[in-house]
Amino acid sequence: MTDLQHDPQHDNLPAINDSVSDPGLPAHLWRPTDVDPRLEKRAERQVASLFVLSMVCAVLFLVSYFALKVGDNPTVFLGSGASNVALGLSFGGALLFIGIGVIQWARKLMDDHEIIEMRHPAASPPEDREATLAALSQGTEESGIARRPLIRNTLLGSVTILLAPVVVLLRDLGPLPGDKLESTVWTQGMRVVRDVVGTPIRAADLEIGDLVNAEPEIIFAVDEEGEHVLEGVELQVAKSKAAVILLRMDPDDNTPGPGRENWSVDGILCYSKICTHVGCPISLNERKTHHLLCPCHQSTFDLADAAKVVFGPAARPLPQLPLAVDADGYLVAQSDFTEPVGPSYWGRDSG
Amino acid sequence: MSVDTSKVATSNSSAAIAKKPSKAGAAANWADERLGIATLAKKNLRKVFPDHWSFMLGEIALWSFVVLLLSGVFLTLWYVPSMGEVTYNGSYDQLRGIEMSEAYASSLKLSFDVRGGLLLRQMHHWAAMLFIASMFIHLLRVYFTGAHRKPRELNWVIGCLLLILGMLEGFTGYSLPDDLLSGTGIRSADGFMKSIPVVGTYVSFFLFGGEFPGESIIPRLYTIHVLLIPGLLLGLIAAHMLLLVYHKHTQWPGPGRTEQNVVGFPMLPVYAAKAGGFFFIVFGLATVMGGILTINPVWLYGPYDPSKVTAGSQPDWYMGMPDGALRIMPGLETHLFGYTLPWNVFLPIIVLPGVLFTILLVLPFIEAWITGDKRNHHLLERPRNAPSRTAFMVSLMTLYGLLWAAAGNDIIAIKLHLSINQITYFMRGAVFVGPVIAFILTRRWCISLQRSDNETLLHGYETGVLMRSPEGGYTERHLPIAQESAYTLTVRDRDPVDDDVTTTVDANGVQGPSGPLDGLRRRLRTLMYADNIQAPTRDELTEAHHHADHEHELAAAMEGRPADGHQFDGKHELEGEPLRKD
Repeated sequence: MTDLQHDPQHDNLPAINDSVSDPGLPAHLWRPTDVDPRLEKRAERQVASLFVLSMVCAVLFLVSYFALKVGDNPTVFLGSGASNVALGLSFGGALLFIGIGVIQWARKLMDDHEIIEMRHPAASPPEDREATLAALSQGTEESGIARRPLIRNTLLGSVTILLAPVVVLLRDLGPLPGDKLESTVWTQGMRVVRDVVGTPIRAADLEIGDLVNAEPEIIFAVDEEGEHVLEGVELQVAKSKAAVILLRMDPDDNTPGPGRENWSVDGILCYSKICTHVGCPISLNERKTHHLLCPCHQSTFDLADAAKVVFGPAARPLPQLPLAVDADGYLVAQSDFTEPVGPSYWGRDSG
Repeated sequence: MSVDTSKVATSNSSAAIAKKPSKAGAAANWADERLGIATLAKKNLRKVFPDHWSFMLGEIALWSFVVLLLSGVFLTLWYVPSMGEVTYNGSYDQLRGIEMSEAYASSLKLSFDVRGGLLLRQMHHWAAMLFIASMFIHLLRVYFTGAHRKPRELNWVIGCLLLILGMLEGFTGYSLPDDLLSGTGIRSADGFMKSIPVVGTYVSFFLFGGEFPGESIIPRLYTIHVLLIPGLLLGLIAAHMLLLVYHKHTQWPGPGRTEQNVVGFPMLPVYAAKAGGFFFIVFGLATVMGGILTINPVWLYGPYDPSKVTAGSQPDWYMGMPDGALRIMPGLETHLFGYTLPWNVFLPIIVLPGVLFTILLVLPFIEAWITGDKRNHHLLERPRNAPSRTAFMVSLMTLYGLLWAAAGNDIIAIKLHLSINQITYFMRGAVFVGPVIAFILTRRWCISLQRSDNETLLHGYETGVLMRSPEGGYTERHLPIAQESAYTLTVRDRDPVDDDVTTTVDANGVQGPSGPLDGLRRRLRTLMYADNIQAPTRDELTEAHHHADHEHELAAAMEGRPADGHQFDGKHELEGEPLRKD
């Protein structure tokens, strides 16, 4: 156990520089408040006044709490509500004046003689180490753990296997992913409707250059009893994958991807709104260049070129939704997306 | 300065006066008979703490944590951690009648229908900013002054854990209101998790209780935010403080301040008053900020909707560094055997912060390995006297700062009318080149400062008095610095000389164990020490002072004449020293 012993000789670095002798602690300098009773009294009054100011602030806090209303208008005063400003300043003042008073007291009136305390090494003295080791080995010896490997090993085994139930207990935190990420609520013939209002869209409603935030019709659908078909979690999950943007451009400008020649209607294209980087909804459109910019991390997609990435950290084009027109002349989906939307994940290419 | 100390106020010299047993005394007796507190308090009531403004930085972190606990408890009385849908019908006109989660509705209630609710919400957010910012600066102070060296390495590790936990606590906290901005942050976090190879999708589904966004994430983040992380923080802070007390605080070198002692003011009364008063100041400052500075106005963002986002979405500043890395990372993705590896997300947001944090965590151990230094260090080092260490942290800071700035590339582009593409391309190069330039510049800068110190020690300080010799030449008068200043400047470690650097033989001539990394270690040691300037030795100082005396002889003709230069150096009486007339 030699490695446990403290060995100051082991230092292989030269000692501290001592080219100038230590002149020792400088003499204590008396403060004005130590030697002049008038100044001492004044400092005492200052401290007490600060405490009184704190009391005044506390009372002001009570007054403003009961006198001022909240919630009328959050931008009445300095961009904040009057109540908030008054409460903040009065309560803050009450606290600050106590703090400043106490510190002023310490600085001006409390004894300011520096005192010296000697340090002790962080390490325990050698005899303590010896005693500890002795106690440890005696305890180990008395337990017999070294002499009884059967007990030791089965104990280790049982504690290790105990991890399994602990981990398995967390299994119901969520369902397994399965193929949930590979599909959205879009189906063949589902109408593309405007976001927020939910009205269906005719090709003629869009001018060249128009960009529309859209959703599948089912987001707004109601059943016979007037209840929404999708609600709560289901609605949020559906929206987080199915949101799309519609853009109408001059058909001559567009270079459709291979096999996507008939996915557009009169130059109207439909792409997933969910960024393929980490999943922000994209909607910053540069009308002249057909570029779509994600506001989160600035990935830029060229909508006239199969939504390929032209700039930024995204690695894949936005998935495209094949469009068609139904019997009433409204835009509908030909099918669901042909690839998973949103951020990449390990099993993405498996399906 | 002579002071009449005969009138020293009684408060400074009053001896303890024996009093009758009081009620307080009886209570203390009751407690001591059961808890034995006197033994514990005996050592600590008059424990000495050294004084320096930079020792206050950690205190800001400590007190803002207390403010966070207090204001946080207040917030939990109204906040509802639920994603259940409700229709808002509170005081805020613009959102009335809109469907939103209970979490968001209760955040609005706190802001508009609970008196003082907005104040406490904003205090809580500002205190979080103070907490994390002061931890960052405290960490820099500790590292730049060498306070992370033996025996305090483990306290450094605890401090780093506090920093990372504090940032996670901040992220989980600002996600709770479930507004559009924080929801966008959670959405990104979902993307980050999914980028992890093999298990990413499972991590996401287990955390969200199914597909994003699900209805579990807010309640789960709430448990993490109010129970799990605060508990860990509390325990680690306690350990941090206990170790601080056990090791005793480091101090700056100076006359009478050595490795063996600690000089300063006692815990009771001075430090109790200063630290206690400072708690009120931090608390008061957070309150005033909460009162007059709007922060995170969730009512302007609206409820979270996975199909919406606002331009200029930014995380809170302390999350900016990985976000910047994410923004400037090129779009790389590998598709192999039916699996996808999104390097563009996984590298900058999972791997890079992990690597940087690990580097931070092991810094004291790497330094000890390079230097082979096994001594205890209680005296702080000036940053200039460890040029390579200082330079390394500055290069880390440069990397951090560049990545942080990259997280604002859209804001920079808009405000300065620059191309966001060019900013991004610039940053891609700068994060590699910048830290190297910063390292070299800082190291040389430190060494120059060391030279300047030696100049002052050997040739004295510049008096600002110009002398004209009979021949017409001009010189500036230098005068030796006081012994106290000279001692403070010279009392520092003497770096190992070149011979020591290239060998692992210790002081007893024993060959150290050799390993495969010896070559690397030797090169790093060379980098650590090779160009450093050592404080002058006693002989060098003596010789320099002889030289100065000789110069003084040459100027002896001027000696004793009015205005020979001594008068205006601030150390001599000016009385009876008229200016030279002609």
